[in-house]
Amino acid sequence: MNKTKQNYFPLEEALIKEFGKKAAVWTEDELPGISQLRHQALAAFKKTGFPHNKLEKWRSTDMEPVYQEPLTVHTEETTYDKKIDEIFQCDVHGFQARVLSMLNGSFYGPEESALTVSADGVIAGSLRKAQQKYPELVGQYYGKAKTAVPDGFKSANTAMARDGIFIYVPDNVEVKDSFQLIKILNKKGLMVHTRNLMVLGKNAKLTFLHCDDSVNHHEGLINTYTEVFLDENSELELYKLQNLNDETALVNQTVVHQSAYSRLKVNVMTLNGGLIRNEIVDQMDGEGAWSDINGLFLIDKEQHVDNQVYVYHNVPNCESNQLFKGVLDEQSLGVFNGFVYVAPDAQKTNAFQQSSNILMSRDAHIDTMPQLEIYADDVKCSHGATVGQLDKEALFYLMQRGIPFNDARMLLMYAFADEVLGKIAIEPLRVNIEDMVKRRLRGELSICDRCVLHCSHPDKPIEFDIDLSKI
Amino acid sequence: MLLNIKDLHVSIGDKEIIKGFNLSVNKGEVHAIMGPNGTGKSTLAAAITGREGYEITKGEIFFKDELINEWEPDKRANEGVFLSFQYPIEIPGVSMTNFMRTALNAKREYMGQPPMSAGEFLKRMEEKKKLVDIQSKLTNRSVNEGFSGGEKKKNEIFQMAMLEPSLAILDETDSGLDIDALKVVAKGVNQLKSEDNAFVIITHYQRLLDYIVPDFVHVMYDGRIVKSGGKGLAIELENSGYEWIKEQFGA
Repeated sequence: MNKTKQNYFPLEEALIKEFGKKAAVWTEDELPGISQLRHQALAAFKKTGFPHNKLEKWRSTDMEPVYQEPLTVHTEETTYDKKIDEIFQCDVHGFQARVLSMLNGSFYGPEESALTVSADGVIAGSLRKAQQKYPELVGQYYGKAKTAVPDGFKSANTAMARDGIFIYVPDNVEVKDSFQLIKILNKKGLMVHTRNLMVLGKNAKLTFLHCDDSVNHHEGLINTYTEVFLDENSELELYKLQNLNDETALVNQTVVHQSAYSRLKVNVMTLNGGLIRNEIVDQMDGEGAWSDINGLFLIDKEQHVDNQVYVYHNVPNCESNQLFKGVLDEQSLGVFNGFVYVAPDAQKTNAFQQSSNILMSRDAHIDTMPQLEIYADDVKCSHGATVGQLDKEALFYLMQRGIPFNDARMLLMYAFADEVLGKIAIEPLRVNIEDMVKRRLRGELSICDRCVLHCSHPDKPIEFDIDLSKI
Repeated sequence: MLLNIKDLHVSIGDKEIIKGFNLSVNKGEVHAIMGPNGTGKSTLAAAITGREGYEITKGEIFFKDELINEWEPDKRANEGVFLSFQYPIEIPGVSMTNFMRTALNAKREYMGQPPMSAGEFLKRMEEKKKLVDIQSKLTNRSVNEGFSGGEKKKNEIFQMAMLEPSLAILDETDSGLDIDALKVVAKGVNQLKSEDNAFVIITHYQRLLDYIVPDFVHVMYDGRIVKSGGKGLAIELENSGYEWIKEQFGA
């Protein structure tokens, strides 16, 4: 069903208009290949618009209310005027990481840190800078990842995204300190597009923590698209930590290409967020590739979290694991769609998938759909989904030992979540996230916890002119 | 009087299981409740501990002279009622250490005491583990997960030792135990027995009573006590079975 001029949402119209205004200017400082992709993507976007829930892939997530919000398609660069920790303080302590920041859709940091090259050749920083400085390297990978089913968000991202994070780890380099990306919106009503590219050479190793946080209660829409290329025998640990306000919608697509014997670990932890859609596509292109994709989401109120995982076993002898767990309270709605594809001849494939969910209230809802599509005959694949309430027997057992109902309930929820948390390999990170999960379950963790203003009144609007005396 | 149950009637759904049960337990006493399957022994334990779904339709349960019919399970526990479960529950993801520390501190909070320090707590764990011959480190093990039948029952007694209840109800603690484990469990119970606490031992067989000697033996049938006596009654039951009870008291 193609879009016509008459049935565009204002946000779609605004996006097309913004493109018309900016595209020519953008061409001046970017790779011809990227400009070309932009125009193609915009043409595709004009046809489809944003996804709607008549599309199979979007059946359970209706974003229409978001398209109708008064949002501005924001493509301006953010000028650097104060340190990121004056805007936002990360809750993850004792975790040694090099921090990269994105504010309102563009790389945020002093000019000299916008793109750095370390002694061992690791390039890290702004993607926009990277494509100017390393056009061949970026051009080789940009836009090359294969999504599952391209949609309007991918088109919009390719057309509009101007910046994001670029990381290149050369062959045989193991990056000791992790990288942490802190991504924030601090202006009212923005729709931003960010794009990341990560390339790991042969035998390279990287740990990356991708945090999406809010510092106020403004509405916003973030459209992020990340491409990852893992060369032979490389290893990426990718953690996503999402603690957004209830007013923000986040669409987060990640596509990973795995060469032979590469290892991918993904852990998506959603602690809070109005509407979050995570899509992870794992293309196993080389034999012996291994992946472990996990997720945990804790939602309440009218929050909506949608996790989509697509694993493509394109070649023989690969192994993939998926474990997604959700705790849903009040009127929240969760979606899990796990798809495993085993190509003809992808023999000796091992693919496991599990979705487990606890509904804490009558009104909470989960749509879980594990799917296998297998075209080879010598494979081991399994999938499963469970939806239930907290175990009443266990609850009574704990209470019989004197533990009050609320604590017992909390302990059981935490125990449920622990299976996913236990997979976080970096100890200080795990300890921190466990702590955040505990506080979230107790209802203590709010986005205000983490804002430097320590405002404990979420209903009061916060303007973001920093009063330095309060820091 | 520690526990005083008067004319207790308990239903599960529409079905009345306990039909006029009376029992008084004083500090320092060990009571055994015996009887054939399906006479309401476990229902009684559930009613005393406040389990959901077991409705008291008539009668009173007094604990330390307070009427506890409506109390939440955790309040009963913190006042000193402990149940050694017939089928201890496995709770994956909750470590034994975390579980016991939470329970112990919940009780201390209830009593108005500050939480126990980590060092003091670990010392206590080690001490009580010895009591029931638990060799393994409990620190990294989830509650009852992967425990053998015997280990689960030992774990119940271990928890009892940690929490020091004034009234302990042992529901078929002997079932599924080999003779060595039975001795260990009995030894633990005997060491915990004092002038200040009391035990109610629910069992089918006299076997456990060889090691934990009861002061009173009650025979339960069809939801109430039909005969009470001393230790001798248990031996009598062991020799003659429950058939005569059924004949004498059956409908």
